[in-house]
Amino acid sequence: MFTFENITLEFTVEEKKVPILHDIDLQLEAGKMYALTGPNGSGKSSVARVAMGIYQPTEGRLFYKDEDITSLSITERARRGIGYAFQQPARFKGMQVKDMLEYAFQYSDGVNCQVLRQIGLCPDDYLERTLDTSLSGGEMKRIEIATLLARNPKVRIFDEPEAGIDLWSFEQLIDVIGDSHREDTTTVVISHQEKILNMVDEIIMMEDGQIKLRGDRETVWPQIKESTLCSCRTACRLGDEIYADCPR
Amino acid sequence: MLTALDKKLLEEVADLHDQPPGAYNIRKDGEGIERRSLEGIEIKTKKDQPGIDVVVAAGKEGSVHIPVILTETDLSDLVYNTIDIGEGADIKLVAGCGIHNPGSGNAQHDGVHKIIVRRGARLSYSEKHFGEGDGGGRRVLNPKTILIIEEDAYAELELVQIRGVDETERITEAEVKAGGRLVMFERLLTDGEQTANSDIAVKLMGEESTARIISRSVAQGNSSQSFTPRLMAYGPGRGHVECDSIIMDQAKVRSVPEIWAGNAEAELVHEAAIGKIAGEQLVKLMSLGLTEEEAEEAIISGFLK
Repeated sequence: MFTFENITLEFTVEEKKVPILHDIDLQLEAGKMYALTGPNGSGKSSVARVAMGIYQPTEGRLFYKDEDITSLSITERARRGIGYAFQQPARFKGMQVKDMLEYAFQYSDGVNCQVLRQIGLCPDDYLERTLDTSLSGGEMKRIEIATLLARNPKVRIFDEPEAGIDLWSFEQLIDVIGDSHREDTTTVVISHQEKILNMVDEIIMMEDGQIKLRGDRETVWPQIKESTLCSCRTACRLGDEIYADCPR
Repeated sequence: MLTALDKKLLEEVADLHDQPPGAYNIRKDGEGIERRSLEGIEIKTKKDQPGIDVVVAAGKEGSVHIPVILTETDLSDLVYNTIDIGEGADIKLVAGCGIHNPGSGNAQHDGVHKIIVRRGARLSYSEKHFGEGDGGGRRVLNPKTILIIEEDAYAELELVQIRGVDETERITEAEVKAGGRLVMFERLLTDGEQTANSDIAVKLMGEESTARIISRSVAQGNSSQSFTPRLMAYGPGRGHVECDSIIMDQAKVRSVPEIWAGNAEAELVHEAAIGKIAGEQLVKLMSLGLTEEEAEEAIISGFLK
């Protein structure tokens, strides 16, 4: 169980406090897949970054397997089995794909470079490629996902895995995320894609830094559809049908 | 007879674990101590100044190791080496200098290499510098490399200084003739109070002559670095200069790439960047389980690879 208890996050910008997350209460169970959705700027990635320890919450506590991990560093959380595939992967001059995978394997149960094949990249073509601007955004994104799979963490958070990936690869990616999910893992996918919302056990919808809706697809989907009628941006991303109905 | 220390230094600068496979000349504390010439690769002692002449016959393939090691304090070693690579030859040349300074005096090596890569020949040149010693004495290395790349010849240079050199003044000059190609990769790390200055001047002299200069450096502690790579096209040549530095702690880095063209058909580009390690890079590696220190080390190691 991964628990957010009254998590609040604020940033200080020019001496003013800017609220990012407000009073997030969330329990994520092992064996379940979750989709975290909502408009841009609603706080989805901030939730993930708080979970990974990249952002320290202003208030509240985080628990993983009954341990209070609020003050643990990114490294300590990673070594306890929490993993995060970034929305925008960092580029590294000089560092090769194989280096990155080796770092990923170092603190994991150790799968092998099959993870590259899983996400549609041939190891022979990619292991010695450099993680710099010579790789496209889509390639970087797939390698980012491969490093998460290589670590085989118990809590795995994919931040908009579909961003920058072509349609064919996206279909493949959905299979990979689904196949990698286990009874003892908690998978969270931040996404606007209907296909991803369809594959999860629960949908969590955020708005303005708060959890607005939560439940299984059948319960939540009609409400998301209703609420997004007033938010064209989100509705457009959820499907053409909703877009067509959008009053704007 | 090589001591354990000699072998360690040779391994650092020339990746030598045993006797080199091809021709070689090992210089220690100002004197040549071991040498082997081969058919088509002749190594001779210069008569008018300290150093050696290496003459590679046309069409010859092979390797030549000419490392220098210093193991004494209060020692200044100056050497002039001339390497003449015959037409159509294909040679791997490994130079480099390792200093173990056991005392409080200076240990300094000034090496001047003149390398001629004759028409159609290929050269792969590696020069690594390394310093160690806890006596407090300075380790100083001042290499000067003068390179002439003749028509349709090719040379790639790997110039590396990773650890332990307190002071270095590096001068590299190259002249690339028509159809000649040069690729130069300089990697440098300084720490503490170390200083490093690198002055590179490449002249593209003829049609279809090309040069690519890549300089990557990491400046840590209170060290300072200065880079002035210059690329000059006297004919319709093409060239690219790229200087990239990671700056940390209280270090200082100056980078001034310069391009000059005296021909309307020349195409020259330069890039320079100085910056700290990106936070997103650290966070990514830490999310894989590395500590912040391990992540920094991994980023630097990849950057200088």
